[in-house]
Amino acid sequence: MPSFIKALNSQVGRKIMTGITGIGLMLFLIGHLAGNLTIFGESDAFNIYTYTLESLGPLLYVIEAGLAFFFLYHAILGISIWRQRKKARPEGYKKYQTKGGPSHQSLASRSMIISGSVILLFLVFHIWHFKFGPTETIALESVGTTEARDLRALVIAEFQKPLVAFGYIAVLALAILHLAHGAWSAFTSLGMKHNQTSKKVQIGAYIFAIVLMLGFIFIPLYIFLTGGEGSLIAY
Amino acid sequence: MSKEMTIHLKYWKQNGPNDAGHFEEYTLDNVNEHMSFLEMLDVLNEELMLADKEPVEFDYDCREGICGSCNLVINGQAHGPKARVAACQLHMRNYKDGDHITIEPPRAAAFPVIKDLVVDRSAFDRIIEAGGYVSVKTGSAGEANAILVEKEKADAAFDYATCIGCGACVAACPNASASLFTGAKIAHLNKLPQGEVERKNRVVAMVDQMKEEGFGDCSNFAECEAVCPVGISISAIAEMRRDYMKAALRGD
Repeated sequence: MPSFIKALNSQVGRKIMTGITGIGLMLFLIGHLAGNLTIFGESDAFNIYTYTLESLGPLLYVIEAGLAFFFLYHAILGISIWRQRKKARPEGYKKYQTKGGPSHQSLASRSMIISGSVILLFLVFHIWHFKFGPTETIALESVGTTEARDLRALVIAEFQKPLVAFGYIAVLALAILHLAHGAWSAFTSLGMKHNQTSKKVQIGAYIFAIVLMLGFIFIPLYIFLTGGEGSLIAY
Repeated sequence: MSKEMTIHLKYWKQNGPNDAGHFEEYTLDNVNEHMSFLEMLDVLNEELMLADKEPVEFDYDCREGICGSCNLVINGQAHGPKARVAACQLHMRNYKDGDHITIEPPRAAAFPVIKDLVVDRSAFDRIIEAGGYVSVKTGSAGEANAILVEKEKADAAFDYATCIGCGACVAACPNASASLFTGAKIAHLNKLPQGEVERKNRVVAMVDQMKEEGFGDCSNFAECEAVCPVGISISAIAEMRRDYMKAALRGD
């Protein structure tokens, strides 16, 4: 039988790992959105959430390292699969078109490398922007600290800048495409057969991608349109 | 009465594996709608030869959709526009007077062009040689009835066994992956009791060989299923992944 490393590097192993890391990242996104939406809660809710995360200490580093591993592994596999495709077909077709029917070729499935690359670049900016962004210090009585970062103020201030707000919205919209194929493809990579259930999973993947990303998009869009003073934002 | 059509052809000419290759164009003025696609190419070659030009090489054998020799990429689609039809069974009635048709060989590093539209598909043979067989004695014909096989499994195995190895899956895959072919060849044996014994070694050996031959990875485009002349489902790839996982995780 193959060694574990050899199995991971086989063409089946690469797809299975793309699927597993993809599902892991989707679960992370659900948690990420739930956390983000606390910005519409009590005035301190978002800062309490971020403070709680930051006060996890070493555990947070472990979680972050795990996330970074999932993102990078997923990205490296994606890039590697894309590079192999260039090697496997050095000379392309003059004319190429899908035959339709059971084919899953679509804007979403054909642009995975592009949407994925944009998301990867966005991630670097996003972490620099919010994780390491400049913040004032704020006291949070309910969790007994005087030294929490006022990330909520940073988020509200940043999303009033048109370039930032619409930059985020554009990337998040592109992520709909990535997830619409990815959420179906991940299960297919893990051995889901092509039948009636698989069709439902594809519809589910589109709904999941749209609902999840509209959730993320709602935050910059709302803050930008209301100038940070909308009725959903408590002071 | 049959209709005669004018068809504008553009086809790949490549004078051997090391030639760069180029497209040539030719207009056929009296294409009968009842001709098969390959008969239309026969007419083209007759006209070329009468004009003292070199004919276009293309692969064919049975001309009845069984052998899998013909694998032409016609207007960017493997085996042309119709679903579940091999190029030899495609008829000119699917085209209109004045249509332009571009014919290319399957493009993949693992399928080097021999000449014009003919490619070397022995990479497929080597994948089969890696594990697409049973080495246990299955007995004489009478004993076939002695080993009971569930109807569903027998049907599924037969569905996968209908693969004619034409390579349309590779030709149409945006990644030039051979996963549908390899998956079908593995599944048709792994579904049966006769293939059970070697099932783990088979899947690992054939998946490894597929990579060795330089095919691309599968990205679940499912275009292979759409072009497969016998309609093999990408469930074959799912079977391959399940068997591979079992082999890799559980060992012997």
